[in-house]
Amino acid sequence: MSIVINSVEYHLPSDPRVSLLDFIRDHAGLPGTKKGCDHGQCGACTVILDGVRVNSCLTFAVMHDSCEVTTIEGIGSAEQPSALQQAFVRHDSYQCGYCTPGQICSATAMLAEIAAGWPSDATEDLSAQPSLSDEEIRERMSGNLCRCGAYPNIVAAIREVAGTGE
Amino acid sequence: MTAHLKQDKPDDRNVLDRMAQGIIGKPIDRPEGLLKVSGSATYAAEYLIDGCVEGVIVTSTCARGAVTRIDEASVLSMPGVIAVICEPRMIARPAQGTANEAPQHKVGTVHYWGQPVALVVAETCEQARDAAKCLVVDYATQDAEFNPEDVVPEPQPDGTRKGDLDQAMEDADQCVDLTFTTEGHASAAMEPHAAIAEWDGKTLTVYASLQMLNYNIAELADALELKQSQIRLISRYVGGGFGSKLGISEEVVAASVAAMKLERPVRVVMSRQQVFQTIMRRSETRQRVRLSAKSDGTFTGIGHEAIVSNLPGEEFAEPVTQSTDFLYAGDNRIMQIAVARIHRMTAGSVRAPGEAVGMPALEAAIDELAEKLGIDPIDLRLRNLPSKHPVKGTPFASRKLAECLNEGAKSFGWQTGKRTPRSRREGEWWIGTGVASAARVHNVGEAKARVTLRADGTALVETDMTDIGTGTYAILGQIAGEMLGLDVTSVEVQLGDTRHPRGPGSGGSWGAASIGSAVFLACEAIRKELAGRLKIKPDALILKDGKAGSGKQAVALTELTNGKPIAVIGHYEPGAVEEDFVASGYGAFFAEVAVNNWTGETRVRRMTGAFGFGRVLNAKTARSQCIGGMVWCIGSALTEALHFDPNDGHLVNCDLAEYHVPVHRDIPDLDVIMVEERDAVASLIQSKGIGELGMCGGAGAIANAIYNACGARMHAFPMTPDRVLAAMPEN
Repeated sequence: MSIVINSVEYHLPSDPRVSLLDFIRDHAGLPGTKKGCDHGQCGACTVILDGVRVNSCLTFAVMHDSCEVTTIEGIGSAEQPSALQQAFVRHDSYQCGYCTPGQICSATAMLAEIAAGWPSDATEDLSAQPSLSDEEIRERMSGNLCRCGAYPNIVAAIREVAGTGE
Repeated sequence: MTAHLKQDKPDDRNVLDRMAQGIIGKPIDRPEGLLKVSGSATYAAEYLIDGCVEGVIVTSTCARGAVTRIDEASVLSMPGVIAVICEPRMIARPAQGTANEAPQHKVGTVHYWGQPVALVVAETCEQARDAAKCLVVDYATQDAEFNPEDVVPEPQPDGTRKGDLDQAMEDADQCVDLTFTTEGHASAAMEPHAAIAEWDGKTLTVYASLQMLNYNIAELADALELKQSQIRLISRYVGGGFGSKLGISEEVVAASVAAMKLERPVRVVMSRQQVFQTIMRRSETRQRVRLSAKSDGTFTGIGHEAIVSNLPGEEFAEPVTQSTDFLYAGDNRIMQIAVARIHRMTAGSVRAPGEAVGMPALEAAIDELAEKLGIDPIDLRLRNLPSKHPVKGTPFASRKLAECLNEGAKSFGWQTGKRTPRSRREGEWWIGTGVASAARVHNVGEAKARVTLRADGTALVETDMTDIGTGTYAILGQIAGEMLGLDVTSVEVQLGDTRHPRGPGSGGSWGAASIGSAVFLACEAIRKELAGRLKIKPDALILKDGKAGSGKQAVALTELTNGKPIAVIGHYEPGAVEEDFVASGYGAFFAEVAVNNWTGETRVRRMTGAFGFGRVLNAKTARSQCIGGMVWCIGSALTEALHFDPNDGHLVNCDLAEYHVPVHRDIPDLDVIMVEERDAVASLIQSKGIGELGMCGGAGAIANAIYNACGARMHAFPMTPDRVLAAMPEN
């Protein structure tokens, strides 16, 4: 059994108790994905699993034979950052930086969800294309906690990148 | 070479303003930003070390008693289990901030529910976790007090009494006598406490998530009975602290003991639940606030008394009245804190200890007094700013409170005049506004940093100071760059390693002012050396873009260094100015809230914070600190509360699903005004603390806005829907 993380194939572990998060961090050696609570409460471990954002602490690695995962390392590097990663730096959308990879993975997938027309609690007209309003962004990002309180700057970065359609 | 200065007098030279590079204060991106956004900044648990095994802490299932037996055999035969470790070096409580010695309480005796009692080590974290859950531990339990209201609190010896407050209250034209309560808070930094320890037989290297390595190394050495020279602590990136990582905590010592015993690298990462259960809490408080005034608004008396709690044997007492002591005038004064000794986890510093809970109560009381007097609440505050410390008589350092109130009011659009509650309604929501002052005492600590002007004309700053998200990497690069005439990209900053000179650590908002002053001193000495080589006076030296000169002609720094680096250790010490002046950061909060008529839910619609904290070193990171503080105001105002089981003392909501920190949708855009200021008393760089100021009073502005919106006077924080609904007048 194997899993593909950022286009690299890894063999899945024999211990079924290994969470996808621990597999990514400790087995695949990609510590950019963070462990904040291990209970799906903080969103620091958000990765994109077969195109959908998930809390990687809430699922076991062995459940994902043949799946494809994108982690923060797959979104962009310090040398070649994505537009959203660059916007996070410009807007100071972090302080300690620990929730940041999760925020960025989550926002990347969230913008795709809006583009695909998925409604949220903040969507006023369920039959229309959801807007890119701040309230939509805030609602859809509420699973990603930031204790430093960088929320307004995170929304500013997402707003800027969403506006350019990148 | 060392450049040392003890600050015995104010420094009003404002040297940084006279430099040529022009980068100080500018909103420059953090140098470590790309590492953080790409997931390549390495936090404590993320160092990949060959052969590293995993330790999981086992915690007590009673609140008080003695461990009578640990049945190691119950787990040693489980797959992968290497050892069960329980020995007297292992600490049972975290060290308080700046303790500089190990906590006395060790793992064999239990003083609170969830206290560490042992460590299970196994090859993998899954094996260790399973074994830790299976380990059989027996206790001889003892009765314990869990609830602060059930015990008689012990008054602290350092209260203030001046005049006769009781008489002043009797004689007053208007007065208020109010009791407020606040619940316990958790720091809840996003990175759980973690440590990896490696022992080579002589030297212990520990990667840990700590705020104050300069104290932590002494604390760990004391716990392990090692010399400091045998220990190296590394905390290059810290995933938030907020007080919870000031002192060494249980996992650092447990990992170290295990690594030394087993002679293998050991990693111990606390679960989120363990962080809540074993690390510092902010005490709940019960506060009595009394204010007496003449009809013109002049205060004649202020009383602020608080009951807080802590474990037996802990010196820390939440300093609730800290800023009330000097903020407003009034000849008759009582400030007193008393501590209830109970068996909950250690109470200690959580962001802005004291003012975080004391200021909201004081500022809510002032709003009630303003209403009784029929005076605008901003005006009432402005009428009562004392000219000197109301008890000690010492002069104030720079104080921008009036400017903050006025500039904030203007930006927010504060309506002066009569304030009538329940006068604005939008659908099912009542809309209202509120104001509060901010104050937070300014601190500095001893600090050392080495600055090296390298032969290639770039600079290196080295100190064991940490950056816990506060922006230390950015601001030290800017201070050195400004002083040495270098772009920030030509200054490398290395932090978080005890091999470097000792900084002050990050805590009490003292980091930037203290370590910034040390870097400043080192750079001044380098400038003097360069001026000497140019045979000009240091004051005439202009350093800009890697060139040195005195105006007409400039030579490259690489020429002046002549192939050899110039290294200076800057050593800053707090001095007599601390006693000679009252130094504090000040500010003002303005909030607009919507309160639901049917559910009592409060939403903060907009919020303005105006702050004066001396020189702004980086307008981008400084603004982020202010925003962060205001987010904490909203959390402590509306949702954050630790809940304890009254029967067995365990923390009921020990995770992020049940302890409610603000989320994205709770936070509107926040307006921050940074009032121009230079505080000569505060530090050699005229800067004051900023990380805590932003949360010192804002919950009071929200309380006052709730009243203005719906007529509910709130005396219990957090102001949850049930409480607001109960306090709201009948429709």
